Amino acid sequence: MRKFVIVGGLLFALGLVVLVGPVAAEGNWPGVDDAVVKKFAENAGRPPSEPFLNFGEGDIQLFFFLIAGSVGGFVAGYYYRDLFGPRTSKVKNP
Amino acid sequence: MERLPRVWFVTLAFALLALSSGPVHAMHISEGILPVQWAFLWFVLAAPFVIWGLRNLRIRSKEEPHLKAMVGLVGAAVFVISCMPVPVPTAGTCSHPCGTGMAAILIGPTLTIVVTSVALLLQALFLAHGGLTTLGANILSMGVIGAFTGYGVFVLARRFGASWAVAAFMAGLLSDWAVYAGTSFFLATALHGDGSFVTMFLAIGLAFVPTQVPLGVLEGFLCVGAYRLVHNRHPEFLVTPAKWGAA
Repeated sequence: MRKFVIVGGLLFALGLVVLVGPVAAEGNWPGVDDAVVKKFAENAGRPPSEPFLNFGEGDIQLFFFLIAGSVGGFVAGYYYRDLFGPRTSKVKNP
Repeated sequence: MERLPRVWFVTLAFALLALSSGPVHAMHISEGILPVQWAFLWFVLAAPFVIWGLRNLRIRSKEEPHLKAMVGLVGAAVFVISCMPVPVPTAGTCSHPCGTGMAAILIGPTLTIVVTSVALLLQALFLAHGGLTTLGANILSMGVIGAFTGYGVFVLARRFGASWAVAAFMAGLLSDWAVYAGTSFFLATALHGDGSFVTMFLAIGLAFVPTQVPLGVLEGFLCVGAYRLVHNRHPEFLVTPAKWGAA
């Protein structure tokens, strides 16, 4: 029962984001850096500069984020298995 | 019931991944925002904490054979969590959790500073997330402030009789808010100019509120799930045993 409540709650949250989010954000989801940090920095005359290693804009950044997420996920999974081992399941005798 | 944590985690991970809308930068202070003297000062203040963490890693890994694997696991989690943009419908913006409160109650605050420093360095180098000149300030806010707040809140809550679940939730919630308060402090010190520091600090802090209040709650639940997962499987791995404080 608790499992269904938790999964249902998370799916409700997901639906809330999908349905209400675009209205709240007017189709634009700026990061807090733009909405807060950059705004205050620019007002103070210290706008962010280009990163030292700039790999470009658009999908290339998405590519690097996905690579980073995949590597991070693999490392986490590798050590998780190392620490906790495979899940033992009960095998029913035929 | 035993499957609950895994179901919780898988669903949460799926939801977070599905919601990630692409590369954004959030709590991290971007390259070039801090004047040189402030950037240097935060580097100098952050360095002893990183050295302290490395020393503790060396000492503890001799006594705890599982520790390096645990640090690797938690480090990877912090890296992914702290660069994952999560849309917040109440604010209409994206931001990310920090993961340092969770890390602190799993591996301790000093080792959390080490893994956070590595995560922030990689993000600054390859993901244009944060910056090299602002690395010191980001380590102080996300690593030092986040880790010690999370750990301190957990220990205090247990000493005052809270259940481990409540303590873990409070650790995640308050560590997230503390990180953003720290970021507001570092920004305000550098940017207030001739104006009032307090006014600037409050203005930046309040601007974070609509996004970070719900994200702090999310981070609280993340802490509860992670703590429960490790506690159910290998409680001896935890640096903050569930028996502490409360009976």
